[in-house]
Amino acid sequence: MGVVSPGFRGRPRESSRRLPPGQYETHDFPVLSAGPTPRIAREDWEFTVTTETGDRHSWNWAELTALPSENPTVDLHCVTKWSKFDTRWQGVSLDVLLAEVETAADYVMVSSYGGYTTGMPLEDLLHGQAWIAYGYDGDDIPPEHGGPARLLVPHLYFWKSAKWVHGIQLLPQDEPGFWESLGYHDYGDPWREQRYQGD
Amino acid sequence: MNHRPDSDGYEDGNALAGPLSEIFAVDLTSALGRCANCGVTEPVARLHVYTRAPGLVARCPHCAHVTLRMVRSPDDAWLDMSGTVALRIPLTSG
Repeated sequence: MGVVSPGFRGRPRESSRRLPPGQYETHDFPVLSAGPTPRIAREDWEFTVTTETGDRHSWNWAELTALPSENPTVDLHCVTKWSKFDTRWQGVSLDVLLAEVETAADYVMVSSYGGYTTGMPLEDLLHGQAWIAYGYDGDDIPPEHGGPARLLVPHLYFWKSAKWVHGIQLLPQDEPGFWESLGYHDYGDPWREQRYQGD
Repeated sequence: MNHRPDSDGYEDGNALAGPLSEIFAVDLTSALGRCANCGVTEPVARLHVYTRAPGLVARCPHCAHVTLRMVRSPDDAWLDMSGTVALRIPLTSG
């Protein structure tokens, strides 16, 4: 080990400090999709939280958008290596939606219109870390970016922020969703570069 | 926000030829696969393949059920064919 670490070039620029390992910054907003884009009319949209005992808590579009909303500005980190800084959203915190839900579960499985699923610890949806987002950059979220509403969990790789979100099932144990069952990491922390199983 | 008019776009099953050639000795694009959901049999080349994703996702052209998925990490390939009942693979007799 030398006195000066290889690659040391003084103080990193702000953008590099905000980039998790292995990521590059993009100013675009790439559209990734594993299938046809669902087109869900607001009047048909519903979001349901189901507890481990089968209790269901549902919100339609009017009920969701009547709840107190927040306007988080967050950085996004996609496992395909792009990161996008300072994205501006509007949505309802999961703290609000889960406030009245009685559960002893430690994990969730998030499901989407179109069949997509992704799993994570319940803790990662709480404490101001996650939203059901229905606005992006002052406008509606277009269908190709997950509208009418998507999950937003920006501290995890973006595949966890399920587009076209439809429901959350509370579970006693972690279960793999669409990408977690095909080699991707169960948790997916960008700062620990948890891309694949075993990372 | 950038709108990608082709965001629903998919490629045909020939997009699987290269990635699958890393795993299988035969070209699977001419194989006939039966969808586990709707039961229709089609050549792999006719599947709808979504490539702009963290992996490759191939769907039945009739019912959109996922018939094949593949993820390539630096060290491994992950392959899920649970959506395909069986593949009929033509083999030329020597």
